[in-house]
Amino acid sequence: MIEVRFHGRGGQGAVVASEILATALFKEGKFVQAFPAFGVERRGAPVMAFLRFDDAPIRRRCQIYEPDHVVVLDPTLLLAVDVTAGLKPHGTILINSDSPPESFTALQKFLVATVPAGEIAVAHNLGTRTNPIVNTAILGAFAHLTGFVHLETLLEAIAEKVPERQRERNQAAARAAYEAVKIMERSAL
Amino acid sequence: MTPTLTGTKKVVTGNHAVSYGAMLARVQVISAYPITPQTQIVELLSEMCANGTLRAKFIKVESEHSAMAALVGAASAGARTFTATSAHGLALMHEMLHWAAGARLPIVMANVNRAMGPPWSVWTDQNDSLSQRDVGWMQVYCESNQEVLDTVIQAYKVAETVLMPAMLVLDAFVLSHTAEQIEIPDQALVDRYLPPYQPVYKLDVSDPRSFGALAPPDLYMELRYKMHKAMEDALTEWARADEEYYELFGRRYGLIEPYRADDADLILVTSGTVTSTARDVIDELRAAGRRVGLLKIRVFRPFPAQLVREALANAQKVAVIDRNISFGMGGIFAQEIKSALYNAPDRPLIFGFVAGLGGRDITPTVIREIIEYTESRDEPEDLIWVGVKR
Repeated sequence: MIEVRFHGRGGQGAVVASEILATALFKEGKFVQAFPAFGVERRGAPVMAFLRFDDAPIRRRCQIYEPDHVVVLDPTLLLAVDVTAGLKPHGTILINSDSPPESFTALQKFLVATVPAGEIAVAHNLGTRTNPIVNTAILGAFAHLTGFVHLETLLEAIAEKVPERQRERNQAAARAAYEAVKIMERSAL
Repeated sequence: MTPTLTGTKKVVTGNHAVSYGAMLARVQVISAYPITPQTQIVELLSEMCANGTLRAKFIKVESEHSAMAALVGAASAGARTFTATSAHGLALMHEMLHWAAGARLPIVMANVNRAMGPPWSVWTDQNDSLSQRDVGWMQVYCESNQEVLDTVIQAYKVAETVLMPAMLVLDAFVLSHTAEQIEIPDQALVDRYLPPYQPVYKLDVSDPRSFGALAPPDLYMELRYKMHKAMEDALTEWARADEEYYELFGRRYGLIEPYRADDADLILVTSGTVTSTARDVIDELRAAGRRVGLLKIRVFRPFPAQLVREALANAQKVAVIDRNISFGMGGIFAQEIKSALYNAPDRPLIFGFVAGLGGRDITPTVIREIIEYTESRDEPEDLIWVGVKR
């Protein structure tokens, strides 16, 4: 079983990201479970969402404390939240950031990847410059980083989960981020 | 984003699984008031009503008391009726819950288990639904989104047969907001399973009758006896409805479900989503050679006492996990199980654990600790608070 934790801010679409990825994995034959951090959300406040997937039905029904992978939708969260709490050794952390993965020196015991998801979202007219909606872009990067789902399947899942008038922009953003993700040299681990 | 296809698999939340169940049951009247964490159930149903996917009347009301009152009226007129609520909303319905049961109306409701305030909580525990234990509603606790959907449909089958209302119960967030794949059954098959509701008596101007009349002492008790008999019949009807469901859809759940319990020395008793996590723990302990098993209580009212007695007959110890507390007594499932076993010839030692109140997570570690605690003690204990800070 693989467990993923998403860190975002209320309104950025972390919960929808976990559901889109779950739908894509389901389309590729996996058993999936996606859920928000149980509780109340406020726009702009730190939020979390979770995803489990496996080849067998998933029976565990509690929050995720030791994820295999972490996805950070807003780089300012690195200053506010311990995003690597419980992250397994050699787990991956994907950050929405313009900086290269090597610049996150405190995170070098993990496999760090970065993608300028905010810029990509703005370029595709998703949200505003101050409040870009980065969730579909970051999923494109996650698909490339982990290889868990094919890009085409992810694009299908996006088509199902986002409103029709935003469909193509979200798919294009995911495709662009798939190409733009920068992954730390594995030899550095 | 309302459904256009049935007989398909898709990834949906527990709340939306309820909505799809009500849609497939072809409910005719829905009345509801929003409350976290239930709101998504009636949101999706209201969309279905608005866009014509579901041909039902959606009645907006100013409170949960009115929501249930509206359904009492609609069910009295012969409609198939549905609502959903949580916690304080359910508490506010209390008077009307008695009315629905006493009037023998087969209303079906989803209650998303949410802890009662104060202090405010939106997280799960069972005190809201268990506070309504004695109102005459059937109660069914679910552990997966698929079971949630299937139980909505089964509930109408049973409720309309025995003429008692039914409440299906799902844990806040752990099911309500968790998306997982479910099969959405084919509408034609559901129609075969659940034909339209045909009430024996209904409000009808061309066939006038009196409803809700005064019952003097020489009649009242007989009507209460009939309600109790209907609940006893419901034990058989749940089993029958479950079997018929299995024949058409390939899934069944039982009133209770023993899991790897046949030769178990210690049986853990659970309800709701704790059951699901506990299955993993039982498998892991079995793999290590430990003789432990699990008993899931699905139907809580009517209480399947005979089935519980049989399932626990050969165990030496029973550990009950209650996500609820009856202040001044203990966990409510533990009380029911002790009561069911008291007249049995051989009784296991019973350990009552209260855990996970107000949404505190019940992890595999918590469940392992409960089992280990029970294994290590020779004397039963009525109430053990799990992980509480003192």
